[in-house]
Amino acid sequence: MSPTLPDSPPKMQAQGLTIRYGQKEAIKQITLNIPQHQVTAMIGPSGCGKSTFLRSLNRMNELIPGVGRSGEVLLDGHSIYDRRVDVVDLRRRVGMVFQKSNPFPKSIFENVAFGLRVGGMKDKGEVAARVERSLQGSALWDEVKDRLEDSALALSGGQQQRLCIARALAIEPEVLLMDEPASALDPIATAKIEELIHQLKARYTIAIVTHNMQQAARVSDNTAFFYMGELVEFGRTEQIFTNPRERRTEDYVTGKFG
Amino acid sequence: MGAAFTGLTGLAAGLIVTMLVVILADVVLGGAGHLSWQFLTQAPSDGMMGGGIFPAIYGTVVMTLLMTVAVMPVGVITAIYLHEYAAPGSRMAAWVRVAINNLAGVPSIVFGLFGLGFFIHFLGGSLDRLAGNEELYWAQPGLLWASLTLAVLTLPVVIVATEEALRAVPADHRTASLALGATKSQTLARVVLPGAVPGILTGAVLAISRGAGEVAPILFTGAAYFLPDLPDSLASQFMHMGYHTYVLATQSPDVEATRPLLYATVLVLLVLTFALNLVAVVIRTRTRRRAAGGH
Repeated sequence: MSPTLPDSPPKMQAQGLTIRYGQKEAIKQITLNIPQHQVTAMIGPSGCGKSTFLRSLNRMNELIPGVGRSGEVLLDGHSIYDRRVDVVDLRRRVGMVFQKSNPFPKSIFENVAFGLRVGGMKDKGEVAARVERSLQGSALWDEVKDRLEDSALALSGGQQQRLCIARALAIEPEVLLMDEPASALDPIATAKIEELIHQLKARYTIAIVTHNMQQAARVSDNTAFFYMGELVEFGRTEQIFTNPRERRTEDYVTGKFG
Repeated sequence: MGAAFTGLTGLAAGLIVTMLVVILADVVLGGAGHLSWQFLTQAPSDGMMGGGIFPAIYGTVVMTLLMTVAVMPVGVITAIYLHEYAAPGSRMAAWVRVAINNLAGVPSIVFGLFGLGFFIHFLGGSLDRLAGNEELYWAQPGLLWASLTLAVLTLPVVIVATEEALRAVPADHRTASLALGATKSQTLARVVLPGAVPGILTGAVLAISRGAGEVAPILFTGAAYFLPDLPDSLASQFMHMGYHTYVLATQSPDVEATRPLLYATVLVLLVLTFALNLVAVVIRTRTRRRAAGGH
């Protein structure tokens, strides 16, 4: 298994990463490079550790009591678990979109502006410009530009998820982590999100966890197959889906189990 | 067997409704006739046999406001500590919870004695000594001490309601805030507390409706039998509707003559308490609707 992909420099790297919840190892000795300006998909059955892996990339796993770690995660070659790293700065560089859309019970505008405000941006014009740019970036602007002061909770599920993406884009992260961003959406809303992912990778490095293998095949450049906390295989997406090296990968992507 | 149970439970439920209706009907029938603008705006006169209850309404309202101002910050901050900052399994938090539970179970007359001993004799006495007062000023029953005593009494209500409100803020919102690079205190100030405000207000209203009706804690700490004037400082004694009811019912030389006054006083007290409870219910319903509207 070769974890490095030659054609793009790695933006993030996991090196021998093990995450434990109490005694149980959720992921074991993961070594994996996430190339810059590409989409890297994490697939595997429930409980395989793919979400745990994703959350370890911006230290969201630390919110769970009793979590333990060994091994390293690098961002641009520097450890994100180093004592000198401010986790707030890290999360502004490595943004995240969650499985269930979770807009705040605030206006559409205030949802997108949230990260800017907590980051200390005061200039009203600057905030407004950034909100507009982010909503355009998430392909939501045309649908909401006339009702930015309405509650975000009045949006449809697909719109809420794109709002959450806009909210994550507003703070201009370098990496965007997406944890099954379309699993709760209908096919049309899902297609919009997938199209969006295609557009976003020009500017962002994207890591996405998905349950849906067709989705991984459609949106990603690279695919990592996780099983029982181990990284079974990692490679170019077309290779993983058409010519997997490992028997377990083949069984999973052809639907023999999962 | 099934029918017997249905009958029995129905009977029990009916009994409660009947009791409430009987109490309300009695109070309304006895008191409504005596309600008037004069009754609400004048002081008692003719040795409590005439006049109104304005000083008692005023005293009750001011005391309750002071109590609220005292209890809300302490209660909310305690709940924030318990729910947001105490480590799971923290011994300190466990002790605080034991203290709150015990505080909630203390008979209210004990709070009155506590207020007399701690606030009036200890705190008030110390203040008088520090100020070099010749006569007792702080070390006697007054508005401030009665309000603080009630604040201690209602503290558990506020803490429990606030903790409940904090717990009801979806974990999703906290996670989203943290993932956007907000610090823990920013998340608390901008996401958690705004989401908990309706629940905290419900706690405030419950504390108010509890505190406004209690008589035992203020017997020794501030309530007066009769005062011609309204209280003019935090150290003044004051009239109170609950205590006034007790006075009218037991201390009158002519029970028959004061009966309409008594009924009307109770009616005003009940209306006030019900109104406060209604506010709590409305706030709670609106919160639930807003939470449900999101999905």
